[in-house]
Amino acid sequence: MSAAVSTDGRETGTALDIRGLTTTYGAVRALDDVSFAVPSGRITAVLGANGAGKTTLLRTISGLVPATSGTVALGSHDLSRTPAERMPGLGLAHVPEGRGVITEMTVEENLRLGGLGRRTGTEPVPLERVFDLFQVLGERRHGVAHQLSGGERQMLVIGRALMASPTVLLLDEPSLGLAPRIVAQILDLLGGLARDEGLTVLLVEQNARSALSVADRGVVLSLGRVVADESAATLAGDDQLRHAYLGF
Amino acid sequence: MQQLLSTTLTGLTLGMVYAAFALALVLIWRSTRIVNFAQAPMAMVTTLVALQVIDAGAPYWVGFLVALVSGLVLGAVVERVLVRPVEGKAEINAVILTLGLFIVLHAVAGLVFGNDYQSFPAPFGLSGFRVGDLNVALTGFGIFTIVIVLVVMAALAALFRFTDLGLRMRAAAFNPEVSRLLGVPVGRMLTIGWALAAVVGSLAGLLIAGGSLVYPSYMDSVVVFGFVAAVLGGLDSPVGAVVGGLLLGLALSYVSGYLGAQLVTLASLVILMLVLTLRPGGLFSSASARRV
Ligand SMILES: Nc1ncnc2c1ncn2[C@@H]1O[C@H](COP(=O)(O)OP(=O)(O)OP(=O)(O)O)[C@@H](O)[C@H]1O
Ligand SMILES: [Mg+2]
Repeated sequence: MSAAVSTDGRETGTALDIRGLTTTYGAVRALDDVSFAVPSGRITAVLGANGAGKTTLLRTISGLVPATSGTVALGSHDLSRTPAERMPGLGLAHVPEGRGVITEMTVEENLRLGGLGRRTGTEPVPLERVFDLFQVLGERRHGVAHQLSGGERQMLVIGRALMASPTVLLLDEPSLGLAPRIVAQILDLLGGLARDEGLTVLLVEQNARSALSVADRGVVLSLGRVVADESAATLAGDDQLRHAYLGF
Repeated sequence: MQQLLSTTLTGLTLGMVYAAFALALVLIWRSTRIVNFAQAPMAMVTTLVALQVIDAGAPYWVGFLVALVSGLVLGAVVERVLVRPVEGKAEINAVILTLGLFIVLHAVAGLVFGNDYQSFPAPFGLSGFRVGDLNVALTGFGIFTIVIVLVVMAALAALFRFTDLGLRMRAAAFNPEVSRLLGVPVGRMLTIGWALAAVVGSLAGLLIAGGSLVYPSYMDSVVVFGFVAAVLGGLDSPVGAVVGGLLLGLALSYVSGYLGAQLVTLASLVILMLVLTLRPGGLFSSASARRV
């Protein structure tokens, strides 16, 4: 792991090292030679307009779409050659866009499923740990997941991802369609997990302002290319970038 | 009274077989959105394999086991070798594939086992009981049919509800992409699903064969009945398949007993049409809940 320096000056290693990643859908180059390092134990926000390639970046990292070229190093593993179903065992969890609750199963079954694929060598996470974080899930544990509200579903998919004891968590627009108060709660929780448990978070967000408020770093994508890779504070203070790409 | 009782018991027994066959269709439909038209000839092949074993001198139960195990293998091989390449492609491809397999298995069975009618043994008596002066139409084999289908269904329900494998299989069926992200080897789950479905299909084949004649097309009418039962219960619902099978067995038994045996196939098609027009999702459809 190479050393990187984060906002607060603390040294940290690199959790994910993305080099020259290119993904094409037919003639569309959705990711074009993307390189950046994701510091471990920190939150890195991935920002950019609709269609910039944010979702494609996460889907390529987790193996749902094949990379045309480039590598993604997680420790000694090259994720670009690893099938998606092996990711959680290696410690990588991906909460996809549109949430990904399995609505036909109960809350508890969704969580159990998350635990089945946990990182190799880790002990099972007790369900109670998730219920402590999200009380409402405990109250609805035997209910079918399609009865949950949008915010509750978001809690469920995050809780389910945590059941796998990941070291790296990819989140695709967790705030989509949620009330600001719930968004704040979720971002808060992520901040806590990064700080206290060393969880690495790669957070895709439309809402640049709130993402940068919890993130340590920010990567801005435009048309599949990295146009900025800075500390969150620098990004938030760069008026030109903000106007051109972040819209606030 | 005597006739009503007999007709009902016959209907229940038949219904159990349809239920098993419908359940096999539903297991595959749920996980791969494919109606496996080849399920009847697959069951036919495994039954004929069992007959070879029995004719060679093995006890009935060895043949029984051989049929189920060859169903397991055949289901897995069909999924892995034939169905896998067309998964995720246009659904019509898979339908044509299973129809093709239907024809191929018929031809192969004819070549290997011959087209003659051969009698298949039954492990229990085939005559009804006498209770007092009442002749009950339930045979020993009928009781066996009901019990074994119930046992298999309970075992499958327990597998899906209580085991990690069952949880993974359901997840893979409902949402393959999310399942992969959670570490579920979706391809392997589909193979296991097809294998289990083929075992249940083989069981239906054995139960229909027991005490009667087998030949390459002996299961073909069951395709119609099993399909009607599955649609009746809602193709998505295993419980629906079982109830659909029982209802169909009873209905057809009453039609046969009171209106005439020649009307049975017609009646099953009328039921199919009624269900498709009045409740296209089936009696137990969970489709509305699923599409949220
Ligand atoms: N399956 C696909 N097939 C073809 N093109 C695709 C596919 N998925 C995405 N694209 C294209 O790739 C580009 C990047 O899409 P992507 O979904 O990664 O953007 P995004 O940054 O996540 O956008 P949003 O903020 O709207 O979610 C877009 O031009 C999109 O049209
Ligand atoms: Mg997106």
